Amino acid sequence: MNGGEDVAIVGAGIHQFGRHEGVSGLQMGAIAARRALANAGIAWQDVDFAAGGSDAAGNADTSVSALGLTGVPFINVKNGCATGGSALTTAHAMLASGAAEVALVVGFDKHPRGAFNPLPEEWGIGSWYGETGLMLTTQFFAMKIQRYMADYGITASTLAKVAAKAFTNGSRNPNAWRRTPLSEEEILSSKMVNDPLTQYMFCSPGEGAVALVLARGDRIKALTRTPVYLRSVTFRTRRFGSFEVFSPSIPIESAPSATTEAAAAAFEQAGIGPGDVDIAQLQDTESGAEVMHLAETGLCEHGEQEALISRGDTELGGRLPINTDGGCLACGEPIGASGLRQVHEIVLQLRGEAGDRQVPTSCRVGFTQVYGAPGVSACTVLTV
Amino acid sequence: MQLIDPELISDTGRGPRLVGSACARCDTVTFPRQSSCRRCTSEDVHPRELATRGVLWTWTIQCFAPKAPPYLETGVEEFTPYGVGYIELPGEVRVEARLTESDPERLRIGMLMELTLIPVPGAGEKLTFAFRPVEEEQ
Repeated sequence: MNGGEDVAIVGAGIHQFGRHEGVSGLQMGAIAARRALANAGIAWQDVDFAAGGSDAAGNADTSVSALGLTGVPFINVKNGCATGGSALTTAHAMLASGAAEVALVVGFDKHPRGAFNPLPEEWGIGSWYGETGLMLTTQFFAMKIQRYMADYGITASTLAKVAAKAFTNGSRNPNAWRRTPLSEEEILSSKMVNDPLTQYMFCSPGEGAVALVLARGDRIKALTRTPVYLRSVTFRTRRFGSFEVFSPSIPIESAPSATTEAAAAAFEQAGIGPGDVDIAQLQDTESGAEVMHLAETGLCEHGEQEALISRGDTELGGRLPINTDGGCLACGEPIGASGLRQVHEIVLQLRGEAGDRQVPTSCRVGFTQVYGAPGVSACTVLTV
Repeated sequence: MQLIDPELISDTGRGPRLVGSACARCDTVTFPRQSSCRRCTSEDVHPRELATRGVLWTWTIQCFAPKAPPYLETGVEEFTPYGVGYIELPGEVRVEARLTESDPERLRIGMLMELTLIPVPGAGEKLTFAFRPVEEEQ
């Protein structure tokens, strides 16, 4: 870590993911915030810095009217899939520098049914891109894994195994949306969405909220006996040559993805290597993303995933459990909440409080990675 | 001929060409044209007509109707699955485009493709660019 004192997560709260008729995103955010405060055993008045946001459900700082008007500095974050990661980065910097003692971060969202429909003009692309049917995130993920499968010998059966694991884990998570286990065959034979990805290999836009309370230095031990230290949090945008979503063209010259760079920086700042990681939550917008992100983050070699997943290494009882709460596939994708959901899950697992989905072996080092449009990634390293 | 966006395509006497830009400083080619170079940040970039043939670098089939907007309402109503891919134009850039082929059995990475124009679904006479498989030449 870059100087400063330790920063730890001392409270975690979640509002169930899924569909919640009649409950706004802001309300879910406030509920998650109150749960996180209760979990930390503090009052909203004790928080001296807050950051958070949503992609499509309003300004996070509006929730102060639900929590109480304490005058706390509250930074709204709207940074796509990196919303949670950016809020966490900001809170970490404030705490590590000594500018704040106790911080709250919150991420929430509420999306309509069906695929996202972003407008090209808001992403610096002409309207022709949307009118001709190219403005779809699902196409990007399908084309990226299609090429990856050819380059590294990944099979459709592996894609199905990733989804089956997600739904199995989701069935053990009371806060997940999709809680019915599905077999590899059911996943493979479900409706084709974007070749090679079928319906059950994709997550769906959804709703949910997560909040975390963080503290620095002496405040940590005073607030909890089970701190989870935030050893690093990093955030990167894309570099020239990486293959990213919403790209009318990509260079022939290739470069590491935003994920690769964010992950390498997270491990370097933490002074911990990918080989030390006991458990990880990776962006699984669709099953191929989890496969590719395993290698992009350095948790395995490119091409190793086929054998690794086939051996069951990434399952709850495996050597390196991945997406133990069911990931985006089982929890759905409320954009502003997903990044913090990953951290929330690591906190529960490292504390040994993950209930029916608690990994059987003791774990000390956790890792999270989010990825999103138009090529952003945020990673964390967490320890007990 | 009515194009979905005249910035994208030039209709030369030799048939349609995609118009991208090339950087005068580092030669990086991009599509569509833009006013600065994504690689070296230079603003000394110029329009460039791109190659009309390349190989399929990756692909998918769009099996569900995109939402309108940004897709066109009539396009949604008349939806049939379509292919999408990146075509690597040798020495230039990989361009994302609709494919004329929508049968997954007839698409493979590395196959030779060439530029063509197709009607934009739901946009009447308007045309956009697409790539079609080049029949094997004997």
